[in-house]
Amino acid sequence: MYRYDEFDTRLVQERVEQFRRQTGRRLNGEMNEDQFLPLRLMNGVYLQLHAYMLRINVPYGAMRSRQIRQLAHIARTYDKGYGHFTTRQNMQFNWIQLKDVANAQADLAEVEMHCIQSSGNCIRNTTSDQYAGVAKDEIEDPRVYCEIIRQWSTLHPEFSYLPRKFKIAVTGSPNDRAAVALHDIGLRMHLNKNGEPGFEVLVGGGQGRTPFVAKTIRDWLPPEHLLSYLEAILRVYNLDGRRDNKWKARIKILVHQTGTKEFRRLVDTEWDKIRDSALKLPQAEIDRINAYFAPPDYESLDDAGETIAAWRADNANFDAWVRANVAEHKIPGYSIVNISLKSANQPPGDMTAAQMDAFADLADEYSFGELRVNHRQNLVLADVEQLRLRELWEKLRALDLATPNIGRVSDMIVCPGLDYCSLANARSIPIAEEINKRFSDMDRVHDIGELTINISGCMNACGHHHVGHIGILGVDKRGKEFYQFTLGGSSDQTASLGDRTGPGFPADKAVDAVETILNTYIEIRNDGECFLDTYRRAGLAPFKEALYGNP
Amino acid sequence: MIIANTLADGFVVFLTADNGWTHDIADGAVAETDAAADAMLLTAKQAERDCVVIDPNLIPVEIVDGRPQPTEYREYIRANGPSVPTPS
Repeated sequence: MYRYDEFDTRLVQERVEQFRRQTGRRLNGEMNEDQFLPLRLMNGVYLQLHAYMLRINVPYGAMRSRQIRQLAHIARTYDKGYGHFTTRQNMQFNWIQLKDVANAQADLAEVEMHCIQSSGNCIRNTTSDQYAGVAKDEIEDPRVYCEIIRQWSTLHPEFSYLPRKFKIAVTGSPNDRAAVALHDIGLRMHLNKNGEPGFEVLVGGGQGRTPFVAKTIRDWLPPEHLLSYLEAILRVYNLDGRRDNKWKARIKILVHQTGTKEFRRLVDTEWDKIRDSALKLPQAEIDRINAYFAPPDYESLDDAGETIAAWRADNANFDAWVRANVAEHKIPGYSIVNISLKSANQPPGDMTAAQMDAFADLADEYSFGELRVNHRQNLVLADVEQLRLRELWEKLRALDLATPNIGRVSDMIVCPGLDYCSLANARSIPIAEEINKRFSDMDRVHDIGELTINISGCMNACGHHHVGHIGILGVDKRGKEFYQFTLGGSSDQTASLGDRTGPGFPADKAVDAVETILNTYIEIRNDGECFLDTYRRAGLAPFKEALYGNP
Repeated sequence: MIIANTLADGFVVFLTADNGWTHDIADGAVAETDAAADAMLLTAKQAERDCVVIDPNLIPVEIVDGRPQPTEYREYIRANGPSVPTPS
């Protein structure tokens, strides 16, 4: 993993002290809220429904064990003993006090973490594939390019006051686990006809009240031109993006209104001016960053498939966990372990300080001291010896971290909703809890199979409802919470936006609607079809009829 | 009633009858007339300028079991905390 150099360390420490002084000036009345707002947002501080919230960057979702231990310390010292992992691979604390923020940020700086640009109209944390570096289908490790983008975009003077926030995602694999087509810029590595790696560049994806799947503006970009091309896109957006209307200010609106062809022309015109400037990446610099992500010292192991199969035959619960939560690793004898933060006992994505500390110990013991967060609000231990899977599973069970539901009905993306968020119109967490209860029979869960349910508490779509196989959007209808459904969304390499089924359902009927949709799927599915396959074959009609009857 | 967040800690507070602030909604002042509500809002806005609270708002309430409670569900949750247990 990347380690801070002297410049990173100094920059982060200076920013902590700068924000400490700014907070002091706000608290003693030298600044009003209008003056303070953009400063606190640039340092990750929001005011939510009940308290301030602090958002901490987890660059491309990768952490060391000592970093999550420090998050546990912050949860315990400055908050209420728990934190929340977000869809942007970050962590949020919901009860932080303004007077404590600078101290918390100083503690973060000790472990090479910060909150800079975790909010505000700037380039946010670059997100990536949680299987980076270990995926069998990977062409190159995307973390290298994420780190290069992080360094380029941090406090970039030209892009600190963009028309709106800006999110970049990178995948190094053809199977997209990072939802790159739903970002302002998505970078998808692939090989050109000469077998050389480069990036497909997608622009203008996003969700919110006007969702779009990103458009490809360049089929193949050599890595050496990554920064100059990104800079060209950002310059076009910075100049031409709307600043008069917050709801039309994202780059997706600019791309949509300009047209893909014209937008590409504008970018290429800008790019011609800078492509061979200082932004051109020397191979030596790529190699230097790449060295930080060198593989750990793997043992030379044989594949342990037969032993694992025997353990699975011996224990149905272990079998269910392996089936759902364990993925193939590129090195023989190792596995990738997904840790579900979607147990029935706490809100999706939440983790207590005690769980964080214990999980840090497991990362040290089983996965070279490293862990990852993914955009579905789960964790990953990327490098687990297969022959240690069973003992790891038993330890995870003791921490309530072994729910065998990755990619299943209860593995929902869920925004904090109106239980925490000042923007929300309806609650998300209680609907998720009810779904989790209703679908607690794991035989039924596995019979339903691969499924994503994504829940947002408002049109801002932090819960990614547009791209859930089943999307649920909470709305306020004359002072009551209602839930609208979309079907057929997807955030993978076949990205699509869901189709709205029709009128919403009151809160006490929303989970019945989920059940109706899933019963319809089971009734009409063909052998081997997952929910999305069936939806794409059969369309909306049978689901609509089941939900609303035949008009 | 007037609901706000305190500047220093961000927690939810209610304006009291003696122009102070309380975390307990039961100790908050309930305006019985429009004029009283307007006066309370003026007091709250001054407290905002004085860097005591932020985002003060006038909210409708009803008395339930002797305690004032917001009638709108958003403000009800803001006043009473998350409707789901916090992890522990």
